[in-house]
Amino acid sequence: MQLLANVLIGKLNWHALQHSAVTMGGVAAMAFGLLAIAGALTYYKKWRWLWREWLTSLDPKKIGVMYIVVALVMLLRGISDALLIRTQQVTSVGSAHGVIPSDQFQQVFSAHGTIMIFFAAMGLLFGIINLVLPLQIGARDVAFPFLNSTSFWLYVAGAVLINASLAIGDFSAAGWLAYPPLSETQYSPTVGVDYWIWSLQIAGIGSLLSGINFLTTIFKLRAPGMALMKMPMFVWSVFGSMSLVVFAFPILTVTLTLLALDRTLGMHFFTAGGGANAMMYVNLIWAWGHPEVYILVLPAFGIYSEVVATFSRKRLFGYTSMVWAIWGIVFLSFTVWLHHFFTMGAGADVNAFFGIMTMIISVPTGVKIFNWLFTMYRGRIHFTTPMLWFIGFMVLFTIGGVAGVLLAVPPADFQLHNSLFLVAHFHTMIISGVLFGYFAGLTYWFPKIFGFKLNERLGKYAFWCWLSGFILAFVPLYFLGLMGATRRLDHYDASMGWRPMFIVAGIGVLIICLGVALQVLQLAVSIWQRRENRDTTGDPWNGRTLEWSVPSPAPVYNFAVVPKVTERDQFWADKNKKQKTKNTEPTYESIELPKNTPMGIFIAGFAFLFGFGAVWHIVWLCVVGLLGVITTIVIRSNDEHTEYHLSASEIKKLELAARGDAV
Amino acid sequence: MSAAASSAEQLARALSAQRDKDDKSQLGFWIYLMTDCVLFATLFATYAVLRHNTFGGPSGHSLFRPGYVLIETLLLLTSSFTCGLAILTARLQRRKYVLSMLLLTAILGAAFLIMEVTEFRHLVTEGNSWRRSGFLSAFFTLVGTHGLHILTGLLWLSVLLVKISRQGVNAVNLKRLTLFSLFWHFLDLVWIFIFTFVYLFGVSGL
Repeated sequence: MQLLANVLIGKLNWHALQHSAVTMGGVAAMAFGLLAIAGALTYYKKWRWLWREWLTSLDPKKIGVMYIVVALVMLLRGISDALLIRTQQVTSVGSAHGVIPSDQFQQVFSAHGTIMIFFAAMGLLFGIINLVLPLQIGARDVAFPFLNSTSFWLYVAGAVLINASLAIGDFSAAGWLAYPPLSETQYSPTVGVDYWIWSLQIAGIGSLLSGINFLTTIFKLRAPGMALMKMPMFVWSVFGSMSLVVFAFPILTVTLTLLALDRTLGMHFFTAGGGANAMMYVNLIWAWGHPEVYILVLPAFGIYSEVVATFSRKRLFGYTSMVWAIWGIVFLSFTVWLHHFFTMGAGADVNAFFGIMTMIISVPTGVKIFNWLFTMYRGRIHFTTPMLWFIGFMVLFTIGGVAGVLLAVPPADFQLHNSLFLVAHFHTMIISGVLFGYFAGLTYWFPKIFGFKLNERLGKYAFWCWLSGFILAFVPLYFLGLMGATRRLDHYDASMGWRPMFIVAGIGVLIICLGVALQVLQLAVSIWQRRENRDTTGDPWNGRTLEWSVPSPAPVYNFAVVPKVTERDQFWADKNKKQKTKNTEPTYESIELPKNTPMGIFIAGFAFLFGFGAVWHIVWLCVVGLLGVITTIVIRSNDEHTEYHLSASEIKKLELAARGDAV
Repeated sequence: MSAAASSAEQLARALSAQRDKDDKSQLGFWIYLMTDCVLFATLFATYAVLRHNTFGGPSGHSLFRPGYVLIETLLLLTSSFTCGLAILTARLQRRKYVLSMLLLTAILGAAFLIMEVTEFRHLVTEGNSWRRSGFLSAFFTLVGTHGLHILTGLLWLSVLLVKISRQGVNAVNLKRLTLFSLFWHFLDLVWIFIFTFVYLFGVSGL
């Protein structure tokens, strides 16, 4: 009987479904959310619409929107984890022991970091790239539309798996990077770390495939005339970021696999014995992890470059130096990984080398900061919401960057390693550098995708809440770190005198939550008032690049006629040309577009089954998952009719309708 | 304009569209191969770190049989050669030759894989499995990952064989064949490194 159960459901049993009150609350919230969505879809009879128009779509704009929806949901999950961490650290002092037990606290901070980086930030990143990249280079699609859909669904499969850990079993308690030997079976015998491994592995393969896809898109699909040095800066930044994906993500794939082999097959890569080497894991994970930081932040830099040029009504200052700064960062980001563990004891020479490289990498970043400042200098600055996010970023990022250079000094790092000073530093970099950037990008390109602008007033309120909340939440952490408070702390003695600052930090998080609520309200109000906020021109911000030359929302084929590029800011140049050639009717040609297909969903579904089987040691489920993936790929490769044609007359009709509204 | 001229124009446009698609997938595939290259580089690095960590167990010097591995190597190199011949004959549209060369490639590849699995089984039954030491974990993982790639290649090859025997060497199949041969040669190259750094260095005790 036991044997049969082992074969059928592996390590799974009833205990996996028993949880504490806080976890059950989370599960209930999740279940309620899913039921509400399912109910609404059924009530409004929208299931078929959802399947046909969205889930199976290969249109990068729709895939981008889906990425962003999932990422925002994951962002909310990550923020609620953050709220729980702050609550615990305010309430768990002296004789009081807070709201959750320490083993659960460990799961919460592990989940917070993992979800924020892999599922919130990465999802927003790929979402925005999908929305904007093809439009900016004058392309109708990405290089491999089907691969794009598969990447997205693999990302979703990873996200579902990590959320399943809340309801079935538990999550890793080993921190967001699961250092061994703590993360080995000996010290983490439950399935938590396996959930961590397989959700990241599945989503990570999706990211790797996206990297290949977008690089090929940039190489091969640029509009005629768009030489490399005529690409918009956002495209350059994606180019750099995706190059990093291609070189760094295979390292993550291997590292996760080796840890999984240790845990499932009893190998000795990072265990505490058997001739293994746990520090090798730390080296490998950061050889991926440090470039990952730049994978996230480079496209945000690209967004800022677009935003600052548009809203200063000037061309970007120092275009060439911006490009070189990006490639300097790309190269240097592979030479600094050891600064994450100066305390490993690699010796003075090694630490000195990595310390110096870390200081050097701040130089190209500084170049970018000054270029943005000079772009604003004597510009006609318009303080729209994206511009506010940009200015907030400039201030915070400089503070965080200076703290980073301080941490790059190995002796200082020995004192500050794993302290809240470090936590404050990297949150300053990632929230202001990455998240503010993505918010700016979302606000900036929203009208291009949906055809109406977001409410500016509520957007500005949300920004001010985020900015002030952020300062309150993280400035105290710099001081707490200097006072000796370590990260991942679930209890401390009242005599330390840290509590007041933890309370201030907690208030800061509440203000950030208010900002989030305002953003939700902003979205709702903007949808409600979409008629008043409609973008009838296709160019609501007086933009400079090609995406603003097509109507809003951008048609499925993006460009009815592929544009010819001669200038860096092509659309700006076209607008300012003296002679108007508007009246000549363009000659349309038929366009080939990819048909919708559910195959990407199937591949990711089978990958999910494989992952779930691997977590719970259900061998047959792994086999089913693997065979399913292979079969689906073979079936797809046999499909010869993956495209349809939009005839010239249909395009003319669509264009007239879109442009007709515009007049 | 005559109907013939316009249809010729259409044909030219269709051909250039097909060429663009081939360009895209070739470049995409090259980039994929680069990611695979980084993947193997990482595995080589872990092997380099762990290869002396035998934990009291046997080292490569006592385990590896150079003659056996040389035969494996020759099998794989020959399969790369026959794969090259398949491409050459495919460009000449000689379907029968293409099919027989691909079949030969598959047989040689399968023979290589069988020899590798036999070697693994031999090691495990002797008590030298991947659980024995850090060195053996790294060895099985590096060589095994290459073996898994070969297995994937064989699966791909069998699908290709069915397709070419049914549809002949059309443009799409030629593209697929080209991509496959890139993959196969790449695995050959990785094996040369495994042969050198794992087996030869191991045997010589470097």
